[in-house]
Amino acid sequence: MSDYFGVFGLPRKLQVDLDALQRRFYELSRRHHPDFHQGAGAEAQAQALEASALVNRAYRTLRDPVARVEYLIALEEGRELREETTVKPEVPRNLLAEMLEVQEALEEATSGGLTAETMGRLRSERQRLEDRRRAEEAALIAGATEWDAAVDAGQAREPLLGRFKQRLAARAYLSTVIDDLTQALGEDEGSHVAHRRH
Amino acid sequence: MSRIVGIDLGTTNSLVAYVDGAGVPRVIPDAEGRRLLPSIVAYTPAGVVVGEAARRQLARNPARTVYSVKRFMGRGWEDVREEVRHVPFEIVPSAEVVRIRAGDREVTPPEISAQILLALKLQAEAHLGEPVERAVITVPAYFNDAQRQATKDAGRIAGLEVLRIVNEPTAASLAYGLQKLAQGVIAVYDLGGGTFDISILRVKDGVFEVLATNGNTHLGGDDFDRAVVQWLLEDIRAAHGADLSKDPEALQELRLGAEAAKCRLSSEERTALTIPFERFTYRREITRGELEGLIGSLVDATLDPCRMALKDAGLATDAIDEIVLVGGSTRVPLVRQRVGELFGKSPHSQLNPDEVVALGAAVQAQILAGGITHMLLLDVTPLSLGIETLGGIVSVLIPRNTTIPTMAKEYFTTSVDGQTAVDMHVLQGERELAKDNRSLARFVLEGVDPMPAGMPKIEVTFLIDANGILQVQARELRSGKAASIEVKPAYGLSEAQVAQMVEDSFTYAEADVNARLLIETKTEAETVMNHVRRALKQGGHLVSPEELHTIAAAVDALLAVECGSDRDAIRERTIDLNKATEPLAEAMMDAAIRGAVTSKRADQILEQK
Repeated sequence: MSDYFGVFGLPRKLQVDLDALQRRFYELSRRHHPDFHQGAGAEAQAQALEASALVNRAYRTLRDPVARVEYLIALEEGRELREETTVKPEVPRNLLAEMLEVQEALEEATSGGLTAETMGRLRSERQRLEDRRRAEEAALIAGATEWDAAVDAGQAREPLLGRFKQRLAARAYLSTVIDDLTQALGEDEGSHVAHRRH
Repeated sequence: MSRIVGIDLGTTNSLVAYVDGAGVPRVIPDAEGRRLLPSIVAYTPAGVVVGEAARRQLARNPARTVYSVKRFMGRGWEDVREEVRHVPFEIVPSAEVVRIRAGDREVTPPEISAQILLALKLQAEAHLGEPVERAVITVPAYFNDAQRQATKDAGRIAGLEVLRIVNEPTAASLAYGLQKLAQGVIAVYDLGGGTFDISILRVKDGVFEVLATNGNTHLGGDDFDRAVVQWLLEDIRAAHGADLSKDPEALQELRLGAEAAKCRLSSEERTALTIPFERFTYRREITRGELEGLIGSLVDATLDPCRMALKDAGLATDAIDEIVLVGGSTRVPLVRQRVGELFGKSPHSQLNPDEVVALGAAVQAQILAGGITHMLLLDVTPLSLGIETLGGIVSVLIPRNTTIPTMAKEYFTTSVDGQTAVDMHVLQGERELAKDNRSLARFVLEGVDPMPAGMPKIEVTFLIDANGILQVQARELRSGKAASIEVKPAYGLSEAQVAQMVEDSFTYAEADVNARLLIETKTEAETVMNHVRRALKQGGHLVSPEELHTIAAAVDALLAVECGSDRDAIRERTIDLNKATEPLAEAMMDAAIRGAVTSKRADQILEQK
């Protein structure tokens, strides 16, 4: 079975034309969706189900620039069979000092209760981290050009992969802390999402 | 190949539809031309009755008459605790699927729903003149796996092969799409009798791609009625010093009155409510403003799911090109107003909001039959699917709003030497802890070859099919052999239970149909006799003693057979009685016309009609 890039007939590159991807997704859906195989035998139906599920997963991953990078790393490291990207959250070195401040604000909120002041502080910390996360994502997306150029030129890509992983780890860490802050603010009701693997 | 029908199995009403030879989706009416079948099932001593006939049993036989059963589908006792206080029928506490005591029977929600589906099946067969064995059935988009499975089980028990479970808002979008293929992003706001859904779709080149969905499977017009009933109970206590909150028959009367008043207030500013009770007649005027005060917070409770769906779709409100309203409760002006305010755009309901879901189900049926090839629906799973890991934490395998069908793989191993079975707990929901989510099933992987701990590598595939229903497969990677899975659905029926119910339904089907016909005939006979009694009181003096004698004889003849089970005899004697009263009816009509002079009498006669 081919990988997600292969499903869409794409090279393993990070710059993707989203309009073309969507058109191709609709085409593939029309070909494989179980709705159009209702009259077929049991085996053909099972195949349609599997093919359709693969197309849907591939589209979900490739349309999102960050998920695309995560998947690419898994592919390059030969982990695609696991369908799992275990990038461990890691605190960005240049953020260590700020993280201590965030921890302090969190502790204050836990021990001293949610005063207007602590809430304000938690919110502004969260804002800063969200900006920072966006910056990491922007950098990841910007790295796509470099990656694609390296693929075209047949150059070594390992250093790039290493940098992607660092950024993903930083991003995962930021997300965890942002979630903690949201939870401390009591704003997570109903919208809190269970621990994600993807 | 037999035809595939589309069925909207609603909380309040159910419908069946098909696509005709010209490619137009149509609702199939019953023999009397009625298009909506009330989703009510009465378990009378004589047998099961469904629909309009069962509605008449609501106030007469509250403990045996089940309504809004959809709220109990795929639910456990713990889930419906709150609900139980509001319904006059008895729910039997149980650790597994809920059971409802209806007379001397204990029935599960899928069996009750199956009665509704069977009535629709018969209705469609009578109309189309051919057997109907396959159907597409709609469910709220926010239904979880257990609720979907329960709906599928209901179809099977009714003798229908359920080819697809379709989400109601997406079905509605198909009905709209068939009419005018507008391109763009649409929001479908679906507020029915018991459930609320919001779905956001992109419609492009004939593909209906659901981007996000959200909702509440326990919020709808029923809750509006309850709010009004609570208020009326207070008012009655104040005005008449009577506490009717423990009187099931009175509560049913109040509920029906509240529902009717709510509907009238959609077009009128104020309405009068008159309910005759045994000891007093309750009269009350209700204004639209008062109703809105009672239901305002319920309407607002639909707005958060809308915001979350927008967020999940990654869209701002101004990205929505069109807002479509579905479900009877969207007739409430306050609902339209609040939805319009949220999206900053007027919503519309060009197609009848009661019928559009059934029409869409018929369109989906036609797609499956190969009759429509230019349209394709890509729906999503409404809730995240995960497994319980160490410490009771949920690990998400398939996030909510993932396009279906979809698949995820997970790998398990053993923790003890020689272990041959592995337990798994599958859940659905958005919360971090397993205990806060809906438990779908516990699986036991058995037949793992004894090996040192950590050596086996078991690959488990979780597949959500196009119905939004989970399938699980497992195999041990080293040996390549499939591991057997024992499924224990948390609140569903086991395969064996469903098979038994299917068998029972064959055994009882004929008896139930006969019982239903008998009850309908008896009800008809009673109605005619009541009319005759009233007419005699009003106009008995207008006819000769001989004619009075003929009528009395016909009444006696009918009474003699009415309690029996000979349907033909009851029907014949009802017809005879009708015939015997013709002179009386004519005399009263003449008197009414002449009564232009004695106008009081004429009014009274007309009022009796």
